[in-house]
Amino acid sequence: MTVLSINNISKRFDDLIANDDVSLTLAKGEVLALLGENGAGKSTLMNILFGHYVADSGSISVFGETLPPGDTRAAIARGVGMVHQHFTLADNLSVIDNVMLGTESILRPFASRAAAAERLQALAERFGLQIDQNALVRFLSVGEKQRVEILKALYRGAKILILDEPTSVLTPQEVAQLFATLKQLVAEGLSIVFISHKLDEVLAIAHRIAVLRAGKLVFEGGTKDATKAALARAMIGRDVEALPSVVTSVQPERIDQPVLALESVSAHADDARLKLDGVSLDVRVGEIVAIAGVSGNGQSLLADVVFGVAHVEQGRVLLRGKALPLRARAMIVHGVARIPEDRQHVGSVSDLSVWENAILPRVNDARFSEWGVINSRASRAHASALVKSFDVRLASIEQPIRALSGGNIQKLILGRELSEAPTLIIAAQPTWGLDVGAVSFIHSQLRNATARGTAVLLISEDLDEVFALADRIAVMSKGRLSQARAASEWTMESIGLAMAGEVDARSREHRAA
Amino acid sequence: MRDRENTVRLEARSSISTIAPLIAGLTAIFFTLAVCGLLVLWAKADVASAYVAIYEGALGSRFAITETFTRATPLMLTGLAAAVAFRARLYNIGAEGQLYMGAIAAVAASVVMTNDAGELALPTSLAFLLMIAAGALAGAALLIVPTLLKTKFKVDEVVTTLLLNFIALLFVSLLLDGPLKDPSAMGWPQSPTLLSDLEFSKLVERGRVHTGLLFAIGLALVLSFVIRYTSFGLAMRAVGANDRAAAFAGIGVNATLIKVAFISGALAGLAGVGEVAGRAGYVTLDMSPGYGYSGIVIAMLAGLSPIGVILAALFVGGTIVGADAMSRSVNVPTYIADVIVATALIAVLVASLLTRYRIVWRAKTAAKR
Repeated sequence: MTVLSINNISKRFDDLIANDDVSLTLAKGEVLALLGENGAGKSTLMNILFGHYVADSGSISVFGETLPPGDTRAAIARGVGMVHQHFTLADNLSVIDNVMLGTESILRPFASRAAAAERLQALAERFGLQIDQNALVRFLSVGEKQRVEILKALYRGAKILILDEPTSVLTPQEVAQLFATLKQLVAEGLSIVFISHKLDEVLAIAHRIAVLRAGKLVFEGGTKDATKAALARAMIGRDVEALPSVVTSVQPERIDQPVLALESVSAHADDARLKLDGVSLDVRVGEIVAIAGVSGNGQSLLADVVFGVAHVEQGRVLLRGKALPLRARAMIVHGVARIPEDRQHVGSVSDLSVWENAILPRVNDARFSEWGVINSRASRAHASALVKSFDVRLASIEQPIRALSGGNIQKLILGRELSEAPTLIIAAQPTWGLDVGAVSFIHSQLRNATARGTAVLLISEDLDEVFALADRIAVMSKGRLSQARAASEWTMESIGLAMAGEVDARSREHRAA
Repeated sequence: MRDRENTVRLEARSSISTIAPLIAGLTAIFFTLAVCGLLVLWAKADVASAYVAIYEGALGSRFAITETFTRATPLMLTGLAAAVAFRARLYNIGAEGQLYMGAIAAVAASVVMTNDAGELALPTSLAFLLMIAAGALAGAALLIVPTLLKTKFKVDEVVTTLLLNFIALLFVSLLLDGPLKDPSAMGWPQSPTLLSDLEFSKLVERGRVHTGLLFAIGLALVLSFVIRYTSFGLAMRAVGANDRAAAFAGIGVNATLIKVAFISGALAGLAGVGEVAGRAGYVTLDMSPGYGYSGIVIAMLAGLSPIGVILAALFVGGTIVGADAMSRSVNVPTYIADVIVATALIAVLVASLLTRYRIVWRAKTAAKR
C-alpha cells in the first residue's frame, strides 16, 4: 500500500533548480533512503512535503489524499512527522513537557498530564524507546534527545517519519540502537524516509534507495540491486577515484621531536560548563593524528585552543619544542595552517570579497601591503592563483565570499593555508557538510601535505574520515583525551565505547589486546 | 480548512541590477515627499509652496547655500564619527557628548595659551594645531573609556556612550558655571570667547561658512581611502562584519576597536572644535541641536560610506535650514524637518532592503477537504 506519493515536484529558487520533476513513492512498512550530496535537493523536497516551501508544480498525496501546499499543520495532521538534524527541543523543559508542547488544546488549559504520560509510556514501550519522562532535556545525551524527537513525532500520530541525517551526531553504538528502533517502527507498520549521505548506513537500513543529484532523481531501486560504487557514481555523476591524485612518494625523514605537543592543557569555554581537562598529545612530522569524538565533548574548544582563539589556563603548547604563544597572529607567523570547523563564520568573513578573504590573515605581509596600504594588484593576483590551483568555482574574486558554496569556500581556505607551505596543519571538521567530490579533493590535499613532511592534526566527528586519513587516533570524551593509538589498533566498537566515555571498557579491551 | 498564515516572505535576490539602487533612491525621495506632503496639508498649508519654500530656503540664494553648508559642516563630522564606528560595529551613540568635550577643550586650550596681555603665548600655527589636537583628544577620550569597558568587561557600549552624553553635558555645564565661565557674559553660563587668532577663516564674505567645511570633506576623502585601501581599513571591516572570524585571521579585535574609537571620538570632538572656532566663538549648552544624534541618521542614510556622509549631511543640513525658512513663510512648524529626515531614513532603509530582497506574496490556497 502506498502511503506517500510525490508527483512531479519541481521547485526553483531564481536560477537554481532545487527539484526537477521528482516523483517518489513510499509504501507502508518501508524504509526509503533519500541519498544525495549537499545541495542535491533532499532538504528542499522534504521541506515541500512538510509544508515549509510551496512547489512550483507537482503535488504530494498522503494516504491517497492530496496535501494542501505550504501547510505544515495539515502535513502533521495527516501523519507526517519530521526529525530534524538539529533538534527542536526546549532544553529547560522535561521530556514529557517537550512531547506535550503544542499538542494541548487552548480550550482545555488544564490538559491531563497523567493521560499524556500514560500515552507516552505506552508508545515508548511499544517501540522500545525507553526514556525517563521527567528528566530535563538538557541533561540527556544526544542519542536520547533524538529518541525524544522520534517520540514527539509518534505522539502526534506520525505514520510517516522523515529523519534528516539522523546518524551524524551519534556514536556507532547509538547508530546501531537507532537502526533497531527503525526496524521496530517499520515492523509496526510505519514508513520512514531516511535522509543521508553515508552509503554504508543507507545500504544497512533501507529497503529502497532514491538518489538525487542537482535536483533530479537519478537512481531509484531496491537496496539489493544497489552497490556502493554505483550509488557513489549516481550521487556525484562520475567516479570518485577519477579525481587527480598527486601524492608524491617522498618519504619524509622521521624525527623524534614532535612538531606539535600539547602538555596537559586545560581550558574553559566562555559560556558553557565545557572544559578541557589535562589534554596531552603530540603530532610528528608527516603523520596525521585524528581526534575523534561525539559533537560537544570539547573538540571545538580544543580546536579553538590550538587555533589561538581560546585562553589556556594550564599546560603548554609546543611547536617544534618551543613554547608557542597561543595567539592567532603568532600561529600564522610560525607557519601553522588552520582550517576551522565553521568555514562561513570563522574561516572567512562572508561580507568581504573573495580576494580580501584570501589575504586576510597575512595582509600585513610585505607581499600584500606596504606602509599599511594594500597592494591590491598583488593581492588579487594571489587570490586568482589560489582560485586556479585549488579549483575554486566562482564568478569573480570581487564577489563577497558568501556567494560561494561551502565547498568552494573551504577550497579557498585550504588554498590560502596550504599555499604557505605550513609545517603543521590543524583542521577541524574539514569536510563537514561537503559533497563527495570536495571531500575527496580535501582528503587528497591533506595526504599530499603529509607526504611533503607536514604534520596534520585532524579533529573530526566523522569516523569514516578519521579511519580514512589518520595514522594515529585519540578519542575525546567529556573534555578528556585518550591516548593516541595507531589507527589499526582501534575497532568501530572500541572507538564507539571510548566516544561514549566508557574508559573502563576501553582499557579492559586494551589489556586484552 | 484554514488559510496559511505566512503568506508574505522576503527572498534574497540572486542578482542586483546596476540601476536598482538609483531607482530605489528616487522612489525613497518621492515617498518621503509624499508622506510629508500629507503632514503639510494637515497643517493647512499649500504643499507645493511649502516645498518650494524649503528648496528656496536651502538652496535658493547665495545666503541660503552658505547656511546649508554651515549646518552641514558639524553634521559631516558627526556623521563620519558614526560611520567609522558602525563599520567596525562599535555603536557610538555618544557623538553629542564627544562634540561638547571637543568644543570645551578647544576653548580651554585657547584660555591656557593666552598670556596676561590677552594675546597668544605661542606661535599662531602651533597654537592652532594644539587647539585642534586638544579637541580631538577630548572627544576621543570620551569614547575610549566605554570602548575599554566593552573590550575588557563586555559592557554594552550603546548604554555607556548614550549615558556619557548626559555626563559630558553636565560636566561642560559645570565648567561653564565655574572655571570656564565668561565673566563678561552677565551671568549667562557661557565660556570665554576664543582668541580671534584661533578662529577658522571664512570661506565667503558675509557668510558663516568656514574652512571647517573643507576640513570635513578632506577627512571624508581620507577616511574613504583608509577604509577601502589600507590593511587597517580591511581589519576594521572584518571586525565589523564578523569579529570571531577576524580574531581567527589574526586581527587584534580589541586593538582595532580602540583605534576605531580613537578616530570616531576625535571626529566628533572636531565637530565641536569647528562649531567653536568656525561659527560660535564660545561654548554654550545649546550649541548643538543634537548634531551628535543626527550624525547617526546621516551615517545610516549614507550606508556608512564616508563619501555618502558628505551628501547625506548636505541633505539633512539643507532640510533643516530650508524648513526654518519655510516655517517663517508658510507657517508650518519647523519640526517638519525632523519628520522629513526621519521619513527619508526609513524610506532609504526599506528601499535598500528591497534592492537586495524581493517580497514574495503567496497566493492563498484554501485547502481542499
